[in-house]
Amino acid sequence: MPNHQINPNTWIDLYSDYLYNYTITRVSDKEVAQDLVQDTFLAGLKSMKNFKGEASERTWLISILKRKIIDHYRKINSNKGKAEVRINYKDDETEGDWLEERVADPYDKTAEDTMQNSELGEAIYNCLDKLPKKQAEIFKMKTIQGFETEVICNELNITASNLWVIIHRARTAMASCLKENWF
Amino acid sequence: MKKKSFLFISCEEAQLICDKAQYNEASLWEKIKLSIRLSYCKITKTYYKNNTMLTKTIKESKVKCLDPNCKKNMKKELDKAIKEQVD
Repeated sequence: MPNHQINPNTWIDLYSDYLYNYTITRVSDKEVAQDLVQDTFLAGLKSMKNFKGEASERTWLISILKRKIIDHYRKINSNKGKAEVRINYKDDETEGDWLEERVADPYDKTAEDTMQNSELGEAIYNCLDKLPKKQAEIFKMKTIQGFETEVICNELNITASNLWVIIHRARTAMASCLKENWF
Repeated sequence: MKKKSFLFISCEEAQLICDKAQYNEASLWEKIKLSIRLSYCKITKTYYKNNTMLTKTIKESKVKCLDPNCKKNMKKELDKAIKEQVD
């Protein structure tokens, strides 16, 4: 018996930010990430009949997105791309430079940092999922996207004092959730 | 009616200022009042500590969100595809 239902009408509101954050930590290009997320939703819609309801909608969409990301890297690592890299080391003057360039830099923790950021990002989104929809939306706009108070108030038609009450509730819940799951 | 104090603020007011301070939206005067409250109130101190930790964590995570306009376009595209699938 399936435990989870599928409803593509709610996908953008519920999962687009989560999928985008998942993608951007893996492809590091804003536009490519947006395209991959969009492709994921469209592919999900096409293969809706394959959804068995054993996993959550989000997990199912992530499995599609993972394949999209792999396809993206396959595409950019085509033969043409490899040949371009080799050409860089055909020059006599720079012969041997590749050795130096390929020595691991002990101070470069980029990969490790990215992995930790990605896990932390997922923990933050898991906590955001537990907030009421409006609270999560306002918290994201204010804290992650850095919108001005006035812009949010105009966009959502709320007063500044109302915004601060919502932010206060969201921050209290987020701090407590992250304390439980991350710190 | 209770007279509002010039320097001493309530715990709720201190927490509100603390929230605003996380977004650099607290005035200097508000920050002074918050500092006074922090010097003697344990609850405010705990809230301040957790709140600052939350800001730091989110900043360090470099977590990202979709641009609202991009989200609107995505929604439009998906709605169109849903409609086509139904038809």
